[in-house]
Amino acid sequence: MNRPTLAWKLYIAAFYIFLFAPLLIVAIFAFNASPFPSPPWRGFTLEWFTGSGAVFGKPGVLTDSIWLASIGNSFKVAVPVALLAVFLGTVNAWVLERVEFRGKTVLAMMMLWPLVIPGVVLGISILAFFSRLANGLEEWLQTDLDFLRPGLPLVILGQLSFILTISTLIIAARLRKFDRSLEEAAFDLGASRARVLRTVTLPFLSPALIGAGLVALLMSFENFNTTLMLVGSDAPLPITMYGQMREGATPAINAVSLLLMLGVGGIASVFALTAKAER
Amino acid sequence: MTLCIGSVMAHSTDLDIVNVTKRFGSHAAVDEVTFSVAPGEFFSILGPSGCGKTTLMRMIAGFEHPTSGDIRIRGQSMIGVPANRRPVNMVFQSLALFPMMSVGENVAYGLMCRGMPREDAEERASRMLERVGLTGFGERRVTALSGGQRQRVAIARCLVLEPTLVLLDEPLGALDLKLREHMKIELKQLQGTFNTTFAYITHDQSEALVMSDRIAVMNQGRFEQVGSPRELYHNPATPFVASFVGETNRLQGEIMASSDGTVALQLPSGMVTRGTGRVPQKAAVAFVRPESIALAPSQPALRDLPNRFEGRVSAVLFDGANSSLLIETLGFEQPVRAVLPQAGPLAGIEVGAPIHVGWTADAMKVFAA
Amino acid sequence: MMTKPAQRLTFFLLLAPAILWLGLLIVLPHVEILILSFSERVAPRVYAFGVGNYLEFFTEPLYWRTFARTAFMSILVTALTLVLAFPIALYIARVAQGRVKAMLLLLCLLPFWVSELVRTLGWMMLLRETGVISYMLRAAGLADQPVELLYNDGAVILGLVYGGLLFMIVPLANALESLEPSVVEAGFDLGGSRWTVLRRIVIPHAMPGIVAGSIIVFMLTVGNFATPVLLGGKNGLWFTEQIYAQFITRFNWPQGAAFGMLLLLLSSAIVWLGLRLTGQSLGTTLKQA
Repeated sequence: MNRPTLAWKLYIAAFYIFLFAPLLIVAIFAFNASPFPSPPWRGFTLEWFTGSGAVFGKPGVLTDSIWLASIGNSFKVAVPVALLAVFLGTVNAWVLERVEFRGKTVLAMMMLWPLVIPGVVLGISILAFFSRLANGLEEWLQTDLDFLRPGLPLVILGQLSFILTISTLIIAARLRKFDRSLEEAAFDLGASRARVLRTVTLPFLSPALIGAGLVALLMSFENFNTTLMLVGSDAPLPITMYGQMREGATPAINAVSLLLMLGVGGIASVFALTAKAER
Repeated sequence: MTLCIGSVMAHSTDLDIVNVTKRFGSHAAVDEVTFSVAPGEFFSILGPSGCGKTTLMRMIAGFEHPTSGDIRIRGQSMIGVPANRRPVNMVFQSLALFPMMSVGENVAYGLMCRGMPREDAEERASRMLERVGLTGFGERRVTALSGGQRQRVAIARCLVLEPTLVLLDEPLGALDLKLREHMKIELKQLQGTFNTTFAYITHDQSEALVMSDRIAVMNQGRFEQVGSPRELYHNPATPFVASFVGETNRLQGEIMASSDGTVALQLPSGMVTRGTGRVPQKAAVAFVRPESIALAPSQPALRDLPNRFEGRVSAVLFDGANSSLLIETLGFEQPVRAVLPQAGPLAGIEVGAPIHVGWTADAMKVFAA
Repeated sequence: MMTKPAQRLTFFLLLAPAILWLGLLIVLPHVEILILSFSERVAPRVYAFGVGNYLEFFTEPLYWRTFARTAFMSILVTALTLVLAFPIALYIARVAQGRVKAMLLLLCLLPFWVSELVRTLGWMMLLRETGVISYMLRAAGLADQPVELLYNDGAVILGLVYGGLLFMIVPLANALESLEPSVVEAGFDLGGSRWTVLRRIVIPHAMPGIVAGSIIVFMLTVGNFATPVLLGGKNGLWFTEQIYAQFITRFNWPQGAAFGMLLLLLSSAIVWLGLRLTGQSLGTTLKQA
C-alpha cells in the first residue's frame, strides 16, 4: 500500500495537470496581443489590463466602465455580507454554545438547512417572497419600496441566507474551544461584563471572526446561482462575466479572471495563515 | 500593603461563612456550613471530589449564589455583590491565564479594570513579578512559561490587587509530582511573605497537611471537622476524617465493654482489641495508624502493650523513608499495615518472616459504625 | 433565572437574528414558493389553487425529460467524481508524507477558491472550436480542420466532475486518514491481495467519507447552473435552466415555483436517502466537507 505503482504516480501527475490546465490557460491568454481570447499566441501585451481601447478597439479591464462598475457592485454586496455574516454569526454562535432553551436542537438543525437547498431555489424563493412583501407593503404604505425588488439589497439578503450558516459554524467551532474559566477569571479580577467581552472573549474569537469574514467575502464575490435570480440592473462581477461568456468576450475577461485569482489567492493565504496561528 | 492596612476596618475575621446552604434541585451540594477564617491564615477545605468544596468556593468568589445563609468578608455581607466587586480573588484550577495577553498584561489586568493608568499598572505589575521571582518576564507570552512559572503568574495576578482573601481551587492539580512537591513549599512561603489570607481547596490530603494552618474536612456538603493538621491527624472526630486524612488500618467489630473513654472491641474472629473512644452502640469501627504499630521479632518485646498479635509478613512495600509492611495477622480479616523504619533492626526483613505487632489503646480510635 | 425581565430581553435579542434570518430568508420564502407552485392563473391577475403546474410538468416531455436527465447525469457525475477522486485521496491520505502531503492537499484546494465562472471560462477556452486543444491538434497534424469539443454532454460532464472533485477528495482523504496502518498490514499479512484489501478493508472504512462526498457532489451538481449552460450551450438542458427560464424569461412564477419545489424535493430526497442508508447525521456529514 505504501509503495505506489508507476501508473498510480502518473495518474496523480495527470490529475494535477487536469486541475490547473484551465486556470493556466485563462491566466496566460490575459496577456495575448489578440482581440480574441484564443490561440494563436500573438505576443505579450498588458493592453487587456490597462489599455484604453486604441489598439484592439476594446478597452482593458481597468479602463472599462462596465468591468469597473461590476467590480464595484461586487464590493457593494460582499462587504456588507461579510460584516453582517460576522456580526450575526457571532450572535448565532453565542446562542448555540452559551444559551440553553427548549427547541435549541431544532434551531441548530434549521441553521444547517440553507446548505442543502440549491442556490437557484434559494434565489427564487427569496425573490418570490420579497415581491409579495413589497406588493403588500407598497399598497398599504402607498410608497415605492425598491429595495425589496431585485437589486443589490436583495442580493445581499440572498447571499446572507446561506453564508450565515457558514460563518455561524466557523465561529461556533471556535467558541466551543473557549475555556469559560478565562471569563470568570477576568470577572473575578474586577472587569465588568462588557470589559470581559472586549478584552478576553472577543480577542479569543478574533481568528475565527477574521476567518469567517474572509470566507464570507470570497463566497459573496463568487456566488452566481443565488445572485442570478435576485440581481437587478446593477450586475456584480460573476453576472457580468456570465453575460460576456455567453456573448463571446475579449481577453479582458481573462484579465478580470486573473485579477480575481490573485485576489482570491491573497485572501486564501491570509485565511490559511490565521488558521495556522489558531493552532 | 502599608497603605492598605491603615484603611482597613479592624476586624477579627477576614471571612465568615454563616449557615450557608446551596441546593441544586433537591440535592444540597453545600449543607448548613459555618466557619470563619482569621486574617493571615492559610485555611484549606479538604474533601473528595463531589463533596461540595468547589461549589462553596465559587459562592465565596461570587460565581454561585447561596440558597440560604450569609457570606461575610471583614464583616460585610457579600450577598448580592457580584464577583467583580468582591475583595476576593481566585486562582483557578486551570489557572485561566489570558493566552491573548503577555505575562505583564495578565498581572496588570485587574489594576486596569480599577481604572489605573496603563503605565502605573504595568509598573506595579512588574514589581509584583519581581516579588514572585519572575523579574523580567513581563513581555513573555504566557504560553512560553513552565508549569511552575504559570502558577506564580496566576498568584501574582491576584496578589497585585491586595485582596482580603485569595481563593485557590486545586491549582497544583495539573502539575507533575516533583513540581507539585516543590510548589507546596513555595505557595506556603509566598503566603507567609505577603501575609494574605488564603483559602485553598483540594482533594489531596498531603497538600492540605503541609500548607495549612487549619483544615476543614468536607464530605457530602457538610464539614466533618475543622482543626489544625495535627488535630485532624491525631484526633479525628469522625470515621470519615480518620480514614480520609493520612494512611490508616481500619477494623470493624462490636463493643464488648467500655469505661471512661476506653473500650474493648471484639473482632468478627473473636479476637479482642483495646482502644479509646465513646461509642453509645454496639457496632463500631476502629482506626490505627501504620506508624503507631510497633514491630518486634518476639512477643516479650511488646509486653507493655494492651494489643499484641502475631503474624507473618505478606508483602514488603519498599518506598525509602515511607516503607511499610503488610502483615497477615491471626484473627484479622485484612493484612495490617505497619511502617518499617529503615534505620531499625527489621529493615532487612523478607516476605514470609514471622513477626509480632502491637499498639497502645491511645493509638486506636474507635467510633460508632 | 429566566424570569427576570432584563435576562428575558437579552435572551430574545440574542435569538432575534437567528429567528429573523431563518424566518424571513428561509422558511417564509419556501412557504411562499410552495403556495405559489399550487396556484394557477384562471384569468389575468387572478389566481386559484390547483395542481396545474405540476400536471404541466408531467405532460410536457421537455420538462420531465430535462428533470430526469438532470437527475441521471448528476448521479453519473457523482459516480465518476468518486472513481476519479479515490486514488488521489488514497495517495494524499496514505502514501504522501509531511510537506508533500500538505502541498498536494493545498494544490487541490487552490483551484476551488477561484470562481466557478473562471474555471468554466478555462474549459471553454480549451474545448471550443477556436480553442487551445483544437489548435494543438491541428498543429500536430492530427486534425485538418477545427474540432468543436464544446456544447455536448461530454463537456458538461467534464465541467461538473471538475467542479465536484474537491468536495469528494477532502471528505475521502479525511476518512482514509483515520485508518490504522496496522489494520491494512494485517490484511496483507493474512494473505489478502491488493484488490481484496482495498475492497474488504479500505473501502468499507472510507464509507462515511464516500457518503459525505457523494451527497455534497450530488447536491452541487444538481443545483449547478453556469457549468451546464456555458459548456453545454443549447444541449445543456439542465433543470435549473428551466427554473430560470420560467422565472426570469417567461415570467411564469407559479410554474417556476413548482419546478423549484421539484428540484428541492429531488435534492433533499437523495440527501435523505444517502444519510438513511449509512445512518449518518447531516451535521457530521457537512462538517466533513
